[in-house]
Amino acid sequence: MAETTYLEAIRQAMSEEMGRDPAVVLIGEDVGVYGGAFKASEGLLEKFGWERVIDTPISESAIVGAAIGMGYAGLRPIAEMQFIDFIACAFNQITNFAAKSHYRWGAPVPLVLRGPCGGGVHGGPFHSANPEMYFVHTPGLKVVCPATAYDAKGLLKSAIRDNNPVLFFEHKFLYRRIKEDLPESDYTVPIGKAAVRRPGRDLTIISYAAMLHTSLEAAAELAKEGIEAEVVDLRTLLPLDTDTILASVRKTNKLLVVHEDTRTGGIAGEIAALVTENAFEDLDGPIRRVTSLDTPVPYAPPLEEFFLPSVAKVVSAARELAHY
Amino acid sequence: MASVLTREQHLDLYYYMRLNRELEEQMVRLFRQNKIVGGVYSSLGQEAISVGTAYALGPGDWIAPMIRNIGSLLVRGFKPRDILTQHMARYTSPTLGKDGTSHFGDLKTRHVISPISMLGDLIPVMTGIAMAGRYLGQKIVAMTWIGDGGASTGVFHEALNLAAVQKAALVLIVENNHWAYSTPTERQTALRDLADRAKAYGIESAIVDGNDVVAVERATREAVAHAREGRGPVLIEAKTMRMRGHAQHDPAEYVPREMIEEWKRRDPLDRHEKFLTENKLWDAKKKKEIDDRIAREIQTDVEFAENSPFPPPELATEGVYCNGCHTIEADWKRAKEELLPPRSSVKAEWPGKVSAHSDAPPKAAAKIAAKTAAKTANTHSGNGARPASAGTANAKSKSPRKSKGARAPAKAGR
Repeated sequence: MAETTYLEAIRQAMSEEMGRDPAVVLIGEDVGVYGGAFKASEGLLEKFGWERVIDTPISESAIVGAAIGMGYAGLRPIAEMQFIDFIACAFNQITNFAAKSHYRWGAPVPLVLRGPCGGGVHGGPFHSANPEMYFVHTPGLKVVCPATAYDAKGLLKSAIRDNNPVLFFEHKFLYRRIKEDLPESDYTVPIGKAAVRRPGRDLTIISYAAMLHTSLEAAAELAKEGIEAEVVDLRTLLPLDTDTILASVRKTNKLLVVHEDTRTGGIAGEIAALVTENAFEDLDGPIRRVTSLDTPVPYAPPLEEFFLPSVAKVVSAARELAHY
Repeated sequence: MASVLTREQHLDLYYYMRLNRELEEQMVRLFRQNKIVGGVYSSLGQEAISVGTAYALGPGDWIAPMIRNIGSLLVRGFKPRDILTQHMARYTSPTLGKDGTSHFGDLKTRHVISPISMLGDLIPVMTGIAMAGRYLGQKIVAMTWIGDGGASTGVFHEALNLAAVQKAALVLIVENNHWAYSTPTERQTALRDLADRAKAYGIESAIVDGNDVVAVERATREAVAHAREGRGPVLIEAKTMRMRGHAQHDPAEYVPREMIEEWKRRDPLDRHEKFLTENKLWDAKKKKEIDDRIAREIQTDVEFAENSPFPPPELATEGVYCNGCHTIEADWKRAKEELLPPRSSVKAEWPGKVSAHSDAPPKAAAKIAAKTAAKTANTHSGNGARPASAGTANAKSKSPRKSKGARAPAKAGR
């Protein structure tokens, strides 16, 4: 059986869920005839028709608002942001309308908001964003950041079946770069559960999305020096899997957090607070982080490379921490 | 002009408007007694709009009221106690004290969407409900309200434009009450009539005297029929006046006295009472009967609210997420099989009319659009979003109702 790319896994998840449940519809810019800017929805219009694959004007607020309304009416809409950077245009609908709805008046909003995030492809300041932390700070939302094709498919299916607004951030660097064999049968990956991708004893590296792969490469390098890093893939940022995080730190006693999001206010800070609150006695060193710089994402390749975390930066930080 | 409503219905309009007013006056008293936790946003003088518009809907239709649309909640079957307990933050309120004012709703039976404070955001949500309703085969209409101030938001534009290209069954009531907090309408828009905004989206519009409940009800009824037939959204501008400040704390000293005096003479309740008397639809005894009933209902519900507890503090942590406490179920009115392959299959290409219509004379284009829309509404054979109809009706869509409904007050206080 041919291996499935991360992008194809996302397409399969949508197609299979739309085939399973007519309440699932897709709405967004250029998602129909064109099949999406990255072709994530290619073939869905042919299969499911105009009523279920809805091309819209360039109106992110209206797209998200309409999807919320569809959810209230009993559908399970998937709304696409052409690039996740444009999610800022729909911020109010997400944070004030969707996120607070169930808490305020008991009206669930079954909504998946998905789109391509992340850098490394020279997209510049407006096509490279990692906006997860705006939303991790918003109670009522779920935030999912898959790192593998298997997870992309299984988590997207879970997101579609979830009764809450789920923001599903697809890392565009991974779209066509990673692939794997996927099960033929229907499967889901639960939202809110992290995964240990590589066991180790000397330190824990926590990461997600594209940086998981950077962290795994770094762990392989470190192993050559005799440093065994345990690599944890968060998979979901909200709700955070505190059990898996704390269990790993209690085992290795050292923690490095790696993320592509910028440094200040990134998830690393939250994880550091969580670990010091709950596992301070288990720590044998300071919590370290390798992140992007506190700047917009620059365009020129040497600038972006300098801005992003890399295998070398992770290896260096991990080595230092291991020897602390 | 003759109204199609029965005597009972005309009396209903009075009942709801009077209940709306008396309830709000009671809330002002409670506010002064420090029994209201937050603000009171008076709709004094605007009751005809909330009541007349909501009264024109069917039971399966959806509404999303704004802060000054308590009247529409009453028409929809909510009781004074719901509104009182909301304002007083009691555990017995529809939101259990988690939110206040008219920020509550009911998805399952009354089809009321809770507003949020950010203006304009209800319009795309109601557009989505209308789109879902069509998809589900329900033939419903979705209605919401916005003020002259809220009409300045970006999402107002985004949503009306989306509703227009989708031919969504949306009715938008623009309540022009001449004041957005302290800012007069001429500082919100250079248009004299906000109804003119409809032209920019290629949708129908009407202007109605917002202080005439019979006219409001009739204009809305026509708009609702238009939308329900699949002929696209309608914008109704209802001209009125906000008779109090933005909220109870605001003495509104920025409003010229003479403007208030002028609009007092057009009070919607006085006017409807006169209508009922002149048309011999009631007498003093009937009026007293209704007024007494309202006084009793409010008294009972004030007692209920005052005797209700505040929520337990720990409730603050509950209900952020739906963990299976609700089921998501669509009310299907059509066969699901139509929506699944192979019956749903289409060619992924824009229909040929896309390039043709842009060159066609506007009149011909409008005809094509009307045909396509009618076909869509009758057969569900496609989505209103189908590109053949999208954007074609804009150039020359004449509103036959506009002249009929155009009963704007001659002096709108400008």
